Amino acid sequence: MSTPFYVSPQQAMADRAEYARKGIARGRSVVVLQYTDGIVFVAENPSRALHKVSEIYDRIAFAAVGKYNEFENLRIGGVRYADLRGFTYHREDVTARGLANVYAQTLGTIFSSNAEKPYEVELIVAEVGPGPEDDQIYRLPHDGSIVDEHGSVAVGGNSDQIGNYLDQRHRDDMTLGEALKLAVESLSRDNNGGERSLTAEQLEVAVLDRTRPQQRKFKRILGSQLSRLLEEDAAATGSGADGDEAPDDAPTDTSAGASEDAPEAKEAPAKPAGKAKGAPKVDPDASADDEKK
Amino acid sequence: MDFLGDHAPELLPGNRPLPEVRGAVEAPHGTTIVAATFEGGVVLAGDRRATMGNVIAQRDIEKVFPADEYAAVGIAGTAGLAVEMVKLFQLELEHFEKVEGVQLSLEGKANRLSTMIRGNLGMAMQGLAVVPLFTGWDVDRGKGRIFSYDITGGRSEEYGFAATGSGSVFARGALKKLYREDLTENQAATAVVQALYDAADDDSATGGPDLARRIYPIVTVITDAGFRRLAESEVSEIARAVHDGRLQQPDGPRAAVL
Repeated sequence: MSTPFYVSPQQAMADRAEYARKGIARGRSVVVLQYTDGIVFVAENPSRALHKVSEIYDRIAFAAVGKYNEFENLRIGGVRYADLRGFTYHREDVTARGLANVYAQTLGTIFSSNAEKPYEVELIVAEVGPGPEDDQIYRLPHDGSIVDEHGSVAVGGNSDQIGNYLDQRHRDDMTLGEALKLAVESLSRDNNGGERSLTAEQLEVAVLDRTRPQQRKFKRILGSQLSRLLEEDAAATGSGADGDEAPDDAPTDTSAGASEDAPEAKEAPAKPAGKAKGAPKVDPDASADDEKK
Repeated sequence: MDFLGDHAPELLPGNRPLPEVRGAVEAPHGTTIVAATFEGGVVLAGDRRATMGNVIAQRDIEKVFPADEYAAVGIAGTAGLAVEMVKLFQLELEHFEKVEGVQLSLEGKANRLSTMIRGNLGMAMQGLAVVPLFTGWDVDRGKGRIFSYDITGGRSEEYGFAATGSGSVFARGALKKLYREDLTENQAATAVVQALYDAADDDSATGGPDLARRIYPIVTVITDAGFRRLAESEVSEIARAVHDGRLQQPDGPRAAVL
């Protein structure tokens, strides 16, 4: 019987992180943006049946990239958790924070246990509040850390590039049409800076709309409604040419801060350090956002 | 609580041995629910009274609930158990929809409710029965449908109109004379309010429209656009019209003899 090679814990963790990150980067991206009336989720997904974005509870939605069977498993677990919570206590007692914590525990345990391979997934859990300042977006990387995000997030594929692109152009007071347009633009840029065109059939779009009268705020934007929104954008593009530049100036201070920090946080190896770096990162952003309002 | 249930179930309040029950347990009971279909949908309405023996336990109880976007359930019987059952039923439909990505069929929903009522049979035998009326818009067939139940969970589809609860005998009699297949949504809503008025007229456990306290029946409508509960202003208008009619003809509208 041969003696197993010694692998240092650092090396083992770095290998696992590398494995998971590669798996996640292979797929297409999902972007999540705040707009005036809520949060919009846009994914490049040609399938009508296998969703990357789905409803968890009244005000909470879930988006994921990576291996379908792994995040589907987590999604169903999340729905069970939320429904059980809501039934045992009250619908108000189901929060994105609680759910994100459960996901973080699950992902963290799987990541550090030696028996299983790490999950190749990255999740977003978002909750829409009564006002834009109450919206919450949590990003959960494969290693079980939680990053509290504001404004816009991209996961999967070349998320760093897309994230930068979004950070520079995103405003909190965008309409749904504008946010959708920005999301589609960001998704249609490929690695080399070229552009592909994405049609309504290739997109999966859903919103958490705080103005919806129903208790359940999640809504998929499908077929004709989606094409109508996209066409509106196309029509507005001509007149909105100057609009593209204006937002660059307005939120410069916040977006510059975010875009400097963001890649750093994302490049940081998946270790507890990444989490420590990620968490305080958002605080200056949050206060800046609040001041603007 | 789950932790306690796993590790020390005897500490949970529900798991202590019960003393033997003699006679029926006194608990608030909900009374009359009526439903009627019309072209393009179905209405489901309920009175607002809960009784405990000969006492009125509550004047403004709500006994009609949306089950999901395209279905509603109205309950007669023990109020506490019924509300809990509806809550679980709503949860189950929502859970299925979220996990599977599609809604259950209307038949599927009706069957599920049937199983839940059967689960309550033990309680029903001790006088704590729950008997709902289930209505919904059948998306596949494009029509409104009504299902009634007995305490053992037996399910039967009703065509046109149905009623359940202590005043159901009188409500059904009234609807029998008032119902036509070509009713509009508003006429169907008026017909069920008339039926509830007749039930309240002859059954002491059913409450009529309480104009003094502004407590009116709950009237809900389900169409292909989904579930809608009529606003208080709409129901009060119908209830007042019915009441005004009764001032002239206390027994309500007359049907032709032949």
